Amino acid sequence: MKRRDFIKISGAAALAACAPKVAGKNAPAEEPENMLIRENPRNGDRVSALGFGCMRWPMIKDDKGHDIIDQEAVNEMVDYAIAHGINYFDTSPAYLQGLSEKAAGDALSRHPRESYYIATKLSNFGDRSKEASIRMYYDSFKQLKTEYFDYYLLHSIGRGGRAAFNARYVENGMLDFLRKEKEAGRIRNLGFSFHGSAKEFDGFMEMYDSGEMVWDFVQIEMNYVDWRHADGKRNANAEYLYAELDKREIPIVIMEPLLGGRLANVPEGIVRQMKEREPDKSAASWAFRFCATYPRVLCILSGMTNMTPLKENVQTFGHFKPLTEEELAFLEQMAIQMKEYPMVNCTDCKYCMPCPWGVNIPGVFQHYNKAITDGTYAQSTEQKNYNKLKRAYLVSYDRAVESLRQADRCITCGECVSHCPQSIPIPRELRRIARYVEDLKQDRL
Amino acid sequence: MLKKLRVLLAWVFFIGITLLLLDFTGALHAWLGWMAKIQFLPAVMAVNSAIVIALVLITLIFGRVYCSVICPLGVFQDGVSHIGTRKSKTPYKYKKELKWLRYGIWVVFAVVFVLGVQWAVALLAPYSAYGRIVQNLFQPVAIWINNLFEILAERAGSYAFYPREVWIRSIPTFIIAIVTLVLVVVLSFKGGRTYCNTVCPVGTTLSFFSRFAMFRPVIDTSKCVNCGLCGRKCKAMCIDTKNHKIDYSRCVDCFDCIENCSAGALKYRFAWKKSEIAGTDSGRRAFMAGTVMAVGAAALKGVAAKAQDGKKLDGGFAEIVHKVAPERETPLTPPGSKSVKDFYRRCTACQLCVAQCPNNVLRPSTDLEHLMQPEMSYEKGYCRPECTRCSNVCPTGAILPISKEQKTQYHIGTAKVNLELCLSATGKTHCGKCASMCPTGAVVMVKGEDGHSRPTVAEEVCIGCGACEQYCPSRPISAIVVHGKELHV
Repeated sequence: MKRRDFIKISGAAALAACAPKVAGKNAPAEEPENMLIRENPRNGDRVSALGFGCMRWPMIKDDKGHDIIDQEAVNEMVDYAIAHGINYFDTSPAYLQGLSEKAAGDALSRHPRESYYIATKLSNFGDRSKEASIRMYYDSFKQLKTEYFDYYLLHSIGRGGRAAFNARYVENGMLDFLRKEKEAGRIRNLGFSFHGSAKEFDGFMEMYDSGEMVWDFVQIEMNYVDWRHADGKRNANAEYLYAELDKREIPIVIMEPLLGGRLANVPEGIVRQMKEREPDKSAASWAFRFCATYPRVLCILSGMTNMTPLKENVQTFGHFKPLTEEELAFLEQMAIQMKEYPMVNCTDCKYCMPCPWGVNIPGVFQHYNKAITDGTYAQSTEQKNYNKLKRAYLVSYDRAVESLRQADRCITCGECVSHCPQSIPIPRELRRIARYVEDLKQDRL
Repeated sequence: MLKKLRVLLAWVFFIGITLLLLDFTGALHAWLGWMAKIQFLPAVMAVNSAIVIALVLITLIFGRVYCSVICPLGVFQDGVSHIGTRKSKTPYKYKKELKWLRYGIWVVFAVVFVLGVQWAVALLAPYSAYGRIVQNLFQPVAIWINNLFEILAERAGSYAFYPREVWIRSIPTFIIAIVTLVLVVVLSFKGGRTYCNTVCPVGTTLSFFSRFAMFRPVIDTSKCVNCGLCGRKCKAMCIDTKNHKIDYSRCVDCFDCIENCSAGALKYRFAWKKSEIAGTDSGRRAFMAGTVMAVGAAALKGVAAKAQDGKKLDGGFAEIVHKVAPERETPLTPPGSKSVKDFYRRCTACQLCVAQCPNNVLRPSTDLEHLMQPEMSYEKGYCRPECTRCSNVCPTGAILPISKEQKTQYHIGTAKVNLELCLSATGKTHCGKCASMCPTGAVVMVKGEDGHSRPTVAEEVCIGCGACEQYCPSRPISAIVVHGKELHV
């Protein structure tokens, strides 16, 4: 690592004025002095280290029972975020049943355009033809009420290697199209988000090294578990990805710093060890500090659903202290311990949804994981409080997931498997949970 | 004193049986199940001679205390008439026995009972009438209250309550329950025990014994001041004060007369002699109702994700079309019933098993032949392996008590596959859900000539639990359907 230290900025307003202008667009003028800011060395963008992921906004039902985003809550969160120095907002045309971009646009357009950075993606997972892809691209401008994107990503590449990449972006001419859009200034930074193996990642780095494609930034999954213990054979460790990007001085945006909330709600045995060290710090703050300790990291995305995590995270990044080598080693220990728990590696991204047979896949996994971290997980009928745990599991299961959408409804058609960025063998995991529930019901554990 | 004892015992039985019928958690039958089993008609159905003899002996000794204490419909009517007559100090007056109607109905009942026309039996039988009123009309209220508490408990992070679904299991039975409730309330509001002494076949049956009862209220003419108050307080309207005679065939031993006699002329005492029965009188009321309606309903739920433009959007749920009950060649009756015939011959349609079924499987039949008697269907759930609740509560022996282990010995039905609907056999998707859910391994997937695998059923292994039918992804009609078996063991 060339630059182990990270950029600390105070007196932000003054410096912001000096920041280089790109395509006539300035960095945000107002920065409350305590939000941790990272400068993009390539263009001087002054990005808040905490970015707002727009994938987990609160949903409510409209009069007809359709899912809609709770725009009022979103506006409140966005206002608070901007007032407290968060200026990076990451969305996609696919998020939240396609509703995320519009909600982001509605909330953000109430603020001056130069006070925030927008990141969105080409999420052409379904129809990948040029026409459909371009339509998706232009639609994002409309939804986000903007004339340019600060950061634009080729959404979730890696799996399937260059062949899959070529099918989605090269053969249909989209990569050329996007390059031209960048030249025209409508895309300020062009990058990609990655899920896949080290070998697949190397392919995209070769593109960069050969000058075939200039990646302005790359978005990777990084947290203290994925650092060295990425789940499944098909996912690269974040330590490797980070080193490759750092070597090439490519700015890094982090996704899943909390593994979909799992690192905010860690098993009791682990949270105790954290509290012994830092009684006032939450488990989530450890996970964020882990990511922010690495200097090549430009922005850490967090999909905040309500004001509570938002306020807490603003605190974490407002009084940021990097982790020491010793603390990093401690988190590595925690990661090893975490692997002992039979949790499903689901981050609740909902890419697998909708299941054609109606199963609420992430709902089932979230409930199961929560029972494990909360310790409300019966392991044997011999246990002292078995009946209490059994009841707690079954009642909370029915509350979390309606019975027709529970794990036992999976017919193992396998449609979901290819959509999962975490490479979870979803039908197998659903069957495991369905069996566990059946064992509970019949007292067979 | 006697009245107080009667009222106290009546409350105990009434609350006990009502709770048993309201209880959807299955927690109470271990303590209260016996209260259903000592009901007269269920005991007769169960050929439980000990109980029947005991009830007859009690009636021969003490009179119709059964009607005042054990019968929930009788106690319910006492409550209604208590409210209906609370403003009047002398609400009743002596009426002659409506002989033609009373014995006419009893003869009709005896005929339908012997012929096994169970819906007609259930229509008249007091315990069945009360059971269907509570199960159809009061249990939903109890569940709603439970669900309200469940919402509060969820907010408090407590697991004390479990959410339950409220649904009308059979529209005809629901309507009959309403009509029954209205008629019973109308008859008893100002009319006291008119139903019990005119319509109720159990009341009439017990009256054959009560007229010879050893202990009975007797008027001491030497003390009587002819105030007539006892007759005007008598819910059964059976005290002929002018002649100082009591019709013991109708007296339900409520002891209101004794309580109200200021002269102390009425005593409940040993008086074993043949009683004189009052003569005929003009008929007054008729009671018979039946409404039959057939309604099929298929509700749609769930919100489909808005897929447009061939975009793959994340999140949302696929719509789930609710299942509808298929035609079954033979009805399904619960494990523990020896055969379909035996089940329907013994069942009094009291709805206790329906009220208890936690899997939404049991419901009253809409079939005219078995109207109000339960049958099983698997569109909302299946007969789960660990559950034996219906068999443990049934008071008539229509469903014999079985253990979890014995359950697989009852083959109540056999699954049949409809390959045209099967998503796997038609190559629509990779499936095998029925085979993977079958608890006995009766359903096996085999590869057809076209390369698609399809389910087959080993008939002798299939117990008819319905797991395959319930889990089949084909909606609204499952591609694998269980048809009942006539003989279960």
